[in-house]
Amino acid sequence: MKFLTAILLTALLSFAFGLFTALPWFSFAFCALLVALGVHQKPGKAFLSGFIALFLLWGIMALIIDFKNEHILATKIAGVLPLGGAAYAVILVTAIVGGLVAGFAALTGSYLRKK
Amino acid sequence: MRIVPAIITATVTTALIITLNTQLPVGESKTPRLGYFLSPQKGFWKNAEPTDISFDEDIKLTGLKAAAEVYFDDRLVPHVYAENDYDAYFIQGYLHAKFRLWQMEFETYVAAGRLSEIVGEGRLNTDKYFRRLGMVYAAENSLKAIEANPDTKNTMDAYTAGVNSYINSLNDNDIPLEYKLLDYKPEPWTNMKSALFLKFMSFDLSGQGDADLGMTNTKNFFGWDIYKKLFPTVADSLDPIIPKGTTFEKAGINVSFPKSIDSLYLNKNDNMIAAVPPMIPDKDNGSNNWAVAGSKTKSGKPILCNDPHLGLNLPSIWFEIQITTPSHSAYGASFPGTPTIPIGFNDSCAWGETNAGRDVKDFYEIKFKDSTMQEYWFNNAWVKTQFRKEVIKVKGKEDDTENLAMTVFGPVMYDKKFQSNNKDGKYYAVRWTAHDASNELLTFYRLNRSKNYIDYVDAISTFECPGQNFVFACNNGDIAIRQQGKFPAKWKRQGDFVMPGTDSSYLWQGFIDIKENPQMSNPARGFVSSANQMAVDSTYPYYLGRNGNFPLYRGIAINKRLVAMNNITPADMQALQTDNFNVFAATARPVLLKYIDETKLNANEKKYLDIFKSWNLRADVKEQGSTVFKVLWDSVYAEVYADDYSKAKLPMYLPEPSTLLESLLKDSNYVFADNILTTDKTETMYDVVVKALQKATKTLTDIEKAGKLEWGKFKDTHVSHLLKLPALSRLHLPIGGGENIINATKSDHGPSWRMIVQLTDNIEAYAVYPGGQSGNPGSKYYDTFVDTWAAGKYYPLLFLKKQEARHNNRVKWHITFING
Repeated sequence: MKFLTAILLTALLSFAFGLFTALPWFSFAFCALLVALGVHQKPGKAFLSGFIALFLLWGIMALIIDFKNEHILATKIAGVLPLGGAAYAVILVTAIVGGLVAGFAALTGSYLRKK
Repeated sequence: MRIVPAIITATVTTALIITLNTQLPVGESKTPRLGYFLSPQKGFWKNAEPTDISFDEDIKLTGLKAAAEVYFDDRLVPHVYAENDYDAYFIQGYLHAKFRLWQMEFETYVAAGRLSEIVGEGRLNTDKYFRRLGMVYAAENSLKAIEANPDTKNTMDAYTAGVNSYINSLNDNDIPLEYKLLDYKPEPWTNMKSALFLKFMSFDLSGQGDADLGMTNTKNFFGWDIYKKLFPTVADSLDPIIPKGTTFEKAGINVSFPKSIDSLYLNKNDNMIAAVPPMIPDKDNGSNNWAVAGSKTKSGKPILCNDPHLGLNLPSIWFEIQITTPSHSAYGASFPGTPTIPIGFNDSCAWGETNAGRDVKDFYEIKFKDSTMQEYWFNNAWVKTQFRKEVIKVKGKEDDTENLAMTVFGPVMYDKKFQSNNKDGKYYAVRWTAHDASNELLTFYRLNRSKNYIDYVDAISTFECPGQNFVFACNNGDIAIRQQGKFPAKWKRQGDFVMPGTDSSYLWQGFIDIKENPQMSNPARGFVSSANQMAVDSTYPYYLGRNGNFPLYRGIAINKRLVAMNNITPADMQALQTDNFNVFAATARPVLLKYIDETKLNANEKKYLDIFKSWNLRADVKEQGSTVFKVLWDSVYAEVYADDYSKAKLPMYLPEPSTLLESLLKDSNYVFADNILTTDKTETMYDVVVKALQKATKTLTDIEKAGKLEWGKFKDTHVSHLLKLPALSRLHLPIGGGENIINATKSDHGPSWRMIVQLTDNIEAYAVYPGGQSGNPGSKYYDTFVDTWAAGKYYPLLFLKKQEARHNNRVKWHITFING
């Protein structure tokens, strides 16, 4: 239950923070950290919930945008980055980057919290 | 709290964020800040436009004087209906910014010599080049002229306000993709930026002026007598814009040769020049235009055609638009970065331009007292130098300051501080007509409103640089063409080479009165045309510039076809504009074949020769003969001249291909056929062509192995993104044409806008350009027209009255602008 709560809370907060133009792209790291402080879990689980939250949030957002865009831009970016011109690879990398940062931030939160 | 793991993970998290928030170097370029770039709420994903996007909107803008309507048709062309001219240009600025902001700003960065500011020191040399050419100085002067005229000031002010009103409405998350890639932000637009854009066009279209340096070396290397043979002033087969046999009025200025022309200019050969211009505009920055009179058309009304040849880029240099106000209604191709419509039509007239190619940029060698450049020798006295400070900001580095030495001629471009190999202590100043205050915008402003021939003449009279051939047609039946610009009255060969700058004897002796500019209207032959060829023959009293500035063959091809055509329809004009017949090859083939003894060839050589012999002389996509000709011709050309230049150490120029061809046409003992490196033998063209065919066969065999013998594959036309990123470009386009061909599509250069306008009561117009209305690589409308363009097809244009726009079934979206 805690695991799911942490994932949902992190994703929701991160999405909300992301709506503020003035905040930097990594504002979600604070969300993941805060949630890990509030919803206490073992470090491994905290990392995973942070990772999954952002992996899903960024991944699903990218997936929806890409679908509506009929893969036009993701395909091009996959050529610029370079990811072999495959749109799905860009979505995956997007999801992993978000997940990793959030995971480590959550992990930090979990360690910071008193036992 | 577990302190050690907490510190470790906090450090890892921070390091990860910092890495993802930094532009990492990859080769010579840098990645975007990856975390930012990939963020679906901030980065590139925000630029992925839904393909079913609606552009319907109500937009409230402060600064508008009244409400205005914009209807977008299915190709995303805006049809602007404003209640006054100010609002119309305000909205043009807004729309240019909405669809093309990055491109228009980027181009002004290039023109202003500011690229280092956004991409780093890799572009410092280019920036220095533009600063030293005096681009900013030129734009400042032009802006003064533009702002001195109330109409153009009003137009510029409105445009700038419109661009800024879009920039101000723009959320940081929604800035165009390229800003995110390069990691910078848009800055406010200014009238100066529009002036800089226009100066960039002057740079791009005022020819091969910087070639004066290399040409000086070439002349010095060969000596004047041989040089004259390699570089004649006029081509024999020239078919000028103003037909041969036309009598010109007596010259208003009697140009006289300087007394020292032999000793200090033509026969001087000790002034070898080590400086190398870092860039020279494409030699084929040209265009085709023509207008046919009603006597030659099926409808009985004139048809006007224009296709400007420029570098092929995405986003395109053109943005299609219709602007309607109570004062006028015009449609055509506009430049994102400037107001008005430079090429297009209104309800009574159509207009278009090709490049005049006249030499309006010359270099003078300056004698400074010492290396501080404080004083220079001019007319027997030391004159104080003025200095102009140009500060170039460099991303991640210290500023670079150029102290530009300004002389009576203009800025000193080349000295020991610029172009590292130029340490010979010499100084070269540039005199360029683009430095003079002029108001080119006024021409477009007035053309958009012109109703007849008199308005057209009046409109173009203020156009100074770059010189253009303005073609014109009117629904009352008039057609006309006029080469317009501020042209120096030159003596023969003036400015072909670097000139002595120690006194006034080599200065331009005046400017040609615009009444003496080459022009004609309603000629008996029923058409006017231009294709960058020399405008007049040698009976014209002034020198136009080096022959090499003027491509020869497109003009010949167009005129030949137009003479023969009658009952012309817009469809015929489309076929002509996209015609792939190679008149150069048609002239060259019999000459080459004459020198080939087939008994000396092996089977492979014979095979390619047969392809060449049976070729239909068309540069169509599938033609192998076109490739064989190109490779063979280049091989012959190299075989003729390479030996003569083998001892050249400095940058030099080879003769025009047309010069070689014309020499061979009249003289089978062409003196340069002899290979001077072989002392035991005097080669003739018979030896040259067979040897060239043997070499060409090797090249062609490789090309064939690579599967690229077909012309379209060999030529490999592409439309590149301005940042040269292949993934944002359109590559390997199946399109024919090429150099010397009416369809002048080369690999990265060609018809950037094709337009055909028939001036019937209801104007019938067609156009296409290799791009799309949106500059956003994430938009479906980014490259919409490219395939249509490559296929040689056109779109019928919607030229609508306001009441029609609302109900037209091709109109898809509608923006209402409200002042508020």
